[in-house]
Parts: sequence; C-alpha cells; structure tokens
Amino acid sequence: MASLGTADQVASSAAAATATGGRPRPEARKQLKGRGTNAWVAWAFLAPFALVFLVFLVAPLLYALYLSLYTKGLATGERFAGLDNYTRAFTDPSFLNGIWFVLRFTLVVIPVQMAVSLLAALVLDSLTSRFSRFSRLVIFVPYAIPAVIGALMWGFLYSPNFGPLQQIFGDSAPFLLADGGLFAGLTNVVTWQWAGYYMIIIYAALQGIDPAIYEAAKIDGATGLQVALRIKIPMVSSALVLILVFAVIGTLQFFTEPQVLRPISNGGITADITPNVYAFNLAFNYAQVNYASAIAFALGIVVFLGVYIFLFATRKRGGFLK
Amino acid sequence: MSVLSKPTAEAPARPAAPPPRRHDPRRQPRRWGSHLFLGFLVLYFILPLWFLVVASTKDAGGLFNGTGGALWFDQGFHFFENLSTLFTYNDGIYLKWLGNSLLYAFAAGIGATVLAVLAGYAFAKFDFPGRRLTFSLLLGAVMVPATALVIPTFVLLSRLELTNTAWAVILPSMLNPFGVYLMRVYAADGVPDELLDAARMDGAGEFRTFFSVALPLMRPAIVTVLLLSVVGTWNNYFLPLAVLSDSTKFPITVGLNLWQGLAGANNGGGTSLYALIIVGSLVSIIPLVIAFLGLQKYWQGGLAIGSLK
Repeated sequence: MASLGTADQVASSAAAATATGGRPRPEARKQLKGRGTNAWVAWAFLAPFALVFLVFLVAPLLYALYLSLYTKGLATGERFAGLDNYTRAFTDPSFLNGIWFVLRFTLVVIPVQMAVSLLAALVLDSLTSRFSRFSRLVIFVPYAIPAVIGALMWGFLYSPNFGPLQQIFGDSAPFLLADGGLFAGLTNVVTWQWAGYYMIIIYAALQGIDPAIYEAAKIDGATGLQVALRIKIPMVSSALVLILVFAVIGTLQFFTEPQVLRPISNGGITADITPNVYAFNLAFNYAQVNYASAIAFALGIVVFLGVYIFLFATRKRGGFLK
Repeated sequence: MSVLSKPTAEAPARPAAPPPRRHDPRRQPRRWGSHLFLGFLVLYFILPLWFLVVASTKDAGGLFNGTGGALWFDQGFHFFENLSTLFTYNDGIYLKWLGNSLLYAFAAGIGATVLAVLAGYAFAKFDFPGRRLTFSLLLGAVMVPATALVIPTFVLLSRLELTNTAWAVILPSMLNPFGVYLMRVYAADGVPDELLDAARMDGAGEFRTFFSVALPLMRPAIVTVLLLSVVGTWNNYFLPLAVLSDSTKFPITVGLNLWQGLAGANNGGGTSLYALIIVGSLVSIIPLVIAFLGLQKYWQGGLAIGSLK
C-alpha cells in the first residue's frame, strides 16, 4: 500500500513545520511533543466511527462479495458458483454498454463542469462588486437542491408537453432525453447541479493565495490572463485534483438523474443505461440479488482502483495522498 | 500562540477560514465583460428556479396551455390553492415526507459529525499503534463511492430485518469518511499542541482536555461537516429508495419521485399531480436554501479545508 508511509509523512512534516516555524528553540523539536500517547484514549475516541465503519462499509462489502459468489435458482436454491457472476457481468452487453456509457459521459461532462466552475471562480475572484457576491450565491444554490428535484425541474423544462423548448421551436424542438439529445440533456442537468459546488471550492482556494504574489507579478509586467494561467491555476491545482476525483467518482456511479428522468424519456433512457441503474433494476425488479451484488462490487472495485491510481499518479500536486 | 498562527513557507496556511480580503482595495474599473459573463451564468443557474416559481402559480390547465408560455405567469393565480392541496392531498402525506426528511437528515448529520469530530481528533492528536494503517484505510474509504454500498447495505439490512425502518436510512448515512478527513486536517493545525499540553499539565484528563480545549477550537470545521452531512442525507435518493418500501416512511426526494411516476401514469385520482410536484419541489427546497444563505460565513471558509492541504 503506497499510502502507508504517507500519513506519517504528513504528520511529521506538520510537526516539524510547527517546531521550526513556531518555536525557535532547538530542543523543541523533540518528536511529537504535545501529542497524547495513551493508546486506549485514542481508541476510545476512534471507536464509535470504527464501529460504523465496520458495520456499514466493511460488512456490506464482504457480504456483497459473498453473495456475488453464489447463484440462486428457483429449483436449485442457493449454490456456490465461483466467479460465474463476474464472467457473466463482463460478457453481459447491458453491463458493458453501461460502463461504456458512463466512460463516455465522464469524458464529456467533467471537462464541461471543470471549465464552467474554474472560469466562474476566476471571474468571481477578480471582482469585488455587489453583483459578483450575488452571482456567487446564485451559482452555488443548486448544490442545496436535491438531485431528484433538479432532475425533475429540468425534466419539466425538456418536456414536449409544457416545456419552453416546445413553445419556442414548435415541432422541430430538440428532445433532450433521447437519441442525439440525451448526452447534452444529461450533461446540462449534472453541470447545473454541481458546477456551483466546485466553483466555491476553487474560489476558496483562490482567496487563500497571498496577494503579494499578484503585486510581484504586476511589477514584472504580467497581464491579467498571464496571472490567471501561470499563478492562479497552478496554485489551486490541489483543489482541482480534489474536485476531479469527486467528479469522477460521482459520474461513474451515475444513478439519480437517469433513474428520475427515465419514465419521461419515451424510452430514450433504458433500464441498463448506467451500471448502477442496471444493478438497481436487477435487484429490485428482477430479484437477481446475487448478480446485482456482483455488478455493484465489480463497479465499486473498478472505481476504487481507478481513483487510487489517478491519485497516486498526481500525488505531487494533489494534497490528498501527499 | 500568536507566533504559532503565523504560517511559514513549509506549513500550509491554517485551514481556518482565511480572513476575507479584497485583492485590491482601490476602486476597480467596471469590467463589463466579466459582469456580462456573470450575468449569463446567473440567468442559467436561476432558470429552473424561475420556472418553478412561475409554474407553482398555475393550475393543470395553465401548465399545459398557459397564455404566457412556460416561463411566464398565466392569467389565473393558483399558488395558494396549490399549496393547500399539497398539504391535504392523500391525508397530508407531503408533510409526513418533509418531517421524515428532517428527521433523517438531522439524526444522520449530527451522528456523522459527532463520529467525525472524535475520530478526526484522535488521528490528529494521538500517537497510537495502528494509526498509520487505520488512516490509510480511512483514505481508501473516501474513495469507495457511497452508491456502491447501497445494494450491499440493503441486502445486509434485509437479512437483519431492518429494512423499511428509519434506522435503515439514518445509520448507514452516519458513515462519512471525508468528514473524518476534514476534521483531522483541521485539528492538526487548528488545535495547537501547546494548548493541549498546558491543559494536561494543569491536571485535566484527556476527555476534559478534549471537551474544554479542543472542541471549541474545532467549531468552524464542525459546522462545515454538519452542514455537508445534513445536505448529503437530505439530498440522498438511492439509499432511501432501496431500503424503504412503505410510502409513509419516504423522505421528500423519494416521495416526489413517486408522484412523478403516478403523474406519468395518470393515476392522480382526479388531482393533477404535476401542479403538486411543482409546488412541492418549491416548498421542499426553501429550508436548505435559507440554511445555506444564512450560514454562509461558516461553510465558505470550511469548504476550503479539504483543498488547502
């Protein structure tokens, strides 16, 4: 495990920084002074979280792994099947198409989201007017609105029955929940929902930059664009990595929006559009719990490994696994 | 203490909310281009909300054939009528859903925050055997997508016969590894070791030290984690959808989507459910929007905690 050494590095570098920055006395560098060393007390603080962690993270994952190794037939009952469910999943066109859909969707929606949130944050950071403060709040508001309600509202706006598109374009109005329009329709809903949250994270990081740096750049004759590209964006790169990770995790697990918009999509959104929607329908509409567990488990592992590799590759600029 | 709080080149700035500052105290030029861009963004982000406000004043006929179109008011004004139908339809099940959402969100949010404060403090301020291993596990857990756990959790809970209870939503929602991570990052710098040492030297026990010294210093992070956990549970759809089957136990998200399904199948029993879904959506988003606007100064600084490290 690559991160085994990392927590300690963070801790010791923080301690060293405190020692060197705060107290000039050399003897103050004694290792980790001021920390409690009583293991029992530490575990007492940790125990409640550890319990929830074991019961609602470790246990469900292990149980899903166990279930995924069995099959259940009407006549045969539950029997051990080894990796059959997994070979079935990775040859199941529904599952593979779902994976392919979320991969394509990730490649489209994440650049759009990142561009909107980064651009908005940079503009907001450069302004101090009352209107910019108002805009910041308006852009953030969708984060406080449940994804279900966001999807319902956009569903109404897309609706051929009483949406504005129909009233503006008439019969040639694009339907954004099927065929060619589906990608754009879903990208729009997701961007609307999350761009404000990402914008606030980037904005907070931008506000944390020491303004003396801008003064220095100005003296050197840097333009506003150069300051943005060469100073601001590199200095908030750890915020960008954090956002990217959250966005990738969220998008690969895409569920709420397609599930909510499915009934009004006139068949444009299928029951296997994303792996999560597919697993949900397998478990609750077809009672194939063992196979659904295999899909949920496989998807979780794929996402986990993907994100872990990504974080490991970017650990120099991201703060997360430093 | 005052020396300590001065950030050095090596130590990242304290994760406490950076003091609000303006880049340039002098008057800026007007920046028309930037303001135009912002104006465009504001229109885009406000559009669905505007639609919701306008549509909530219409009856079913107005929604489909209103004279003003989808984005303007109709001649008739039916807002209060819609509101009273909303609160009485189906024996007032909407209020029940709203109450359920409040219960789930606050119970799970407070629970998650308490767990995160305790665990984050332990990781930041104690050396104990297994600390590195457990913290690595925690970082790994941050990367396990919550939705990947929904179906396994459902299966486990149904084996324990706990599905279709409030506990089935509240207990799994108390798992918030990212909250623990935020607390650890915040406590590492925000609670100076010297203060803890001083308290211990004065004879305070570990728990007394925690409650009277560390806890008050961690308040900004506590508000942030509480807000994020409450919002996470309030907005959650997949978990309650999976573990609840009795519609009187639904939170607002699952309930409104139930209506959406019925409205599509035209099973409203004579009532136009579309008007109810719209006014119901509007009413349900008001509490959180107000909470966010009112608690601005807390979360705006707090959200930066995770990205500064």
